[in-house]
Amino acid sequence: MAKSANPVARSVNAVDEWVNERAGVKDFYKKHLSEYWAPKNFNIWYFFGSLSMLVLVNQLLTGIFLTMHYKPDAELAFASVEYIMRDVEWGWLIRYMHSTGASLFFVVVYLHMFRALLYGSYKKPRELVWILGVAIFLVLMAISFMGYVLPWGQMSFWGAQVIISLFGAVPVIGPDLIEWIRGDFLVADATLTRFFALHVVALPMVLLLLVVLHLAALHEVGSNNPDGVDIKAKKDANGKPLDGVAFHPYYTIKDIFGAGVFLLIAAFIVFFWPEGGGYFLKPDNFVEADPLVTPEHIPPVWYFTAFYAILQAVPNKLAGVILMGGAVLILFLVPWLDRSPVRSIRYRGWPSKIALTLFVITFIRLSMLGVSADANIMEIRFWSILYFAFFLLMPVWTSLESTKPVPERVTT
Amino acid sequence: MKALIRCLALAALLLPMSAPLYAAKAGNLDSAGTNVFDRASLQRGASLYVQYCMGCHSMQFQRFQRLVDDLDLSEELVEEFLILGDLEITDYMMSSMPYADAVEWFGKAPPDLSLTARSRGPDWIFSFLRGYYLTETGWNNTVLENPAMPHVLWDLQGVQRAVTETVTDSDGNETTVRVGLELQREGRLSPAEFDGVVRDITAFMQYVGEPAILVRQRIGVWVLLFLSVFTFLSYLLYKEYWKDIKK
Amino acid sequence: MSETESLESERPVADPSRRRLLLAGTSAVGAVGVAAAAWPFLASLRPSQRALVVGAPVEVFIGNLEPGQIVRVQWRGSTIGILRRTESMLAQLEGLAPRLRDPDSSVADQQPEYARNLHRSIRPEYLVLNMHCTHLGCVPSIFPEVGPQPFDANWRGGFFCGCHRSTFDLAGRVFSGVPAGRNLLIPPHSFVDDEHVIIGVDPEGAV
Repeated sequence: MAKSANPVARSVNAVDEWVNERAGVKDFYKKHLSEYWAPKNFNIWYFFGSLSMLVLVNQLLTGIFLTMHYKPDAELAFASVEYIMRDVEWGWLIRYMHSTGASLFFVVVYLHMFRALLYGSYKKPRELVWILGVAIFLVLMAISFMGYVLPWGQMSFWGAQVIISLFGAVPVIGPDLIEWIRGDFLVADATLTRFFALHVVALPMVLLLLVVLHLAALHEVGSNNPDGVDIKAKKDANGKPLDGVAFHPYYTIKDIFGAGVFLLIAAFIVFFWPEGGGYFLKPDNFVEADPLVTPEHIPPVWYFTAFYAILQAVPNKLAGVILMGGAVLILFLVPWLDRSPVRSIRYRGWPSKIALTLFVITFIRLSMLGVSADANIMEIRFWSILYFAFFLLMPVWTSLESTKPVPERVTT
Repeated sequence: MKALIRCLALAALLLPMSAPLYAAKAGNLDSAGTNVFDRASLQRGASLYVQYCMGCHSMQFQRFQRLVDDLDLSEELVEEFLILGDLEITDYMMSSMPYADAVEWFGKAPPDLSLTARSRGPDWIFSFLRGYYLTETGWNNTVLENPAMPHVLWDLQGVQRAVTETVTDSDGNETTVRVGLELQREGRLSPAEFDGVVRDITAFMQYVGEPAILVRQRIGVWVLLFLSVFTFLSYLLYKEYWKDIKK
Repeated sequence: MSETESLESERPVADPSRRRLLLAGTSAVGAVGVAAAAWPFLASLRPSQRALVVGAPVEVFIGNLEPGQIVRVQWRGSTIGILRRTESMLAQLEGLAPRLRDPDSSVADQQPEYARNLHRSIRPEYLVLNMHCTHLGCVPSIFPEVGPQPFDANWRGGFFCGCHRSTFDLAGRVFSGVPAGRNLLIPPHSFVDDEHVIIGVDPEGAV
């Protein structure tokens, strides 16, 4: 570093050196940003990872400010949300950012997960990245479910009632388990207060830890790409992958552009369509929780409805719960269910392409059926079978189909 | 960029998925056609609400003071015409009806209407207030069967009766179904004027359901404009940097 | 794929000035955006509409206040005292100037313009005073009598703060040599009629 004549610049440099010697900031910066070599052929699907981070930050920030005004008390909770919407300056904006953010979180996370399926990002050596990702998804489901209870509207209350009752399906200890989770003989103040603690303190910490691990695991093995090519195989004289570009500035700047597009969509929803047609904020949740009045129809929020539909596929409660849990947990096994020698869909055979397309249709159709009050049970069963078939038959078609040769270098 | 367009097209394809919930909610309701940005309509609605509804229905989250700020009314006007009884301008719009009396008269306490426009929707309110008809046993309603609430606007609307038809189903059973309403006795207002009154009340309730609605879209336009500029600049920057990368 | 053998995957920057300009432009717009986005969050911490309503003006009946008597009310969380001063009390205010830190009420924030006079009030008789000591917020007691006090041998009547021994005269003016640095606050107030004073509302026409 050249000696600067400017005393201010000199002291800034001195502080910089001091911190770096003790904290290794520069090494960290190099490892994760300026010399993290990311494949140069990322496409639109690769925006959703950084967008998840953006939404996460939004949820933390807006959540902290909501906590300053919200009252986790069954007597006060509903009114305190309305207080935020009316009396707190800009409270409506912060609340809409949080409620819209919850839905958008799932939008970007689902697209992010789809990207992994599309390009085989879970395959060796990235199994751990995928497993941590599914764990994040599980925690996210828990956080959003508990967060949804906090406004203490009718849907909050009855949604909690229904979902907690699912634990009653556990043999022998079921009824005790339900009571233990609720802390009362029905969903009540005790339930609300513990969900509040978990939603704002415990689970966000777990989530942050998992996100750090998810990124650490990714940066250890390096990012996959739409070709599924290992870019570390071809390096230049300095050890830099030929098809890699520095994450910073190239992808940071690209991601900022992606964030701009995303924020445009998000801002449109927040300012012009905050109820999301009844999907982001349910009309029934504007009625305060009332244990004596059950709403006619209690569908969960849209991002859970696919799994909720699967729950209904069998007439047995325990079997339904097992199926629903299995539908999420089976994701953990994907790295080992996929026997294909190639990662990316680009070099796979037609069975893979058809299967993935069918799976997307299945997931969307199940989501729609889960909302509906009068869904045809046979149709639910049909799509539920397809859902599981995608995973269970994956070893078959992935080992049988013929694949195309994977190029040595990435294509553009 | 091409991929972005493809993605947007996909989103556009998925959007109609939101149709079922709407349809299920809407039922056979009439469209309210309210304009919540029309201050005059909100002012009329506030006055009508106080006159016809607030005897029984509170708005526990709405302060009178807020009407001054949001509806371009003067404090004097609000105090003189909208505040009844011994309420102050800083009070919530609470009905003065004692709870016990309400339960005795109607069987249950009249619900608070602060958020009804959000939970039921403006179309429901509009249709409900227009949907009263007289039967041999008393008032009934096309939207809410056997309502506890009497038709408080009847002298404005007049008296409607159900028009019925007898239909025979495939098994030969005869059932009487209601096919419409007809005005049997005229009220003080013409049907068009009455619709205007109901529309004003509905608009007012819509505003009370979400007071922020008056500002959020106006702010939203600026936010979107700003974000467009930022996104455009960041796109140019992205293209500039990526010139370095050989294809 | 024609350049597979090349060891460089990056070209040198073609137009550095354009890049600098775009970087500066995007950063500047982004910074404005972040600042604008921070605003609603910071503003949400200000007193809400409900707090403002609770802090609404308070009307006080003073028709039965005897000369020399003080009445205390709460306004925006502060204790406001309304003291009806006697002729002799008012007389004591004169001649104290050499012992006071700010005898002419020259610190503008401590009282509205209309209370910037010898008696620091609209009507000489009635003192409307925010009772909280300007040192650390305790509420001083009133010692109206003229005569020696443990804390001041030459006491002419006034307020004494037991927390840190600050003293003020009967117009709330601070004495020299005490911890408090400023005169007691005079809240905005006005007279509705001879028997009612309203705290929190300036007199009509006054700013």
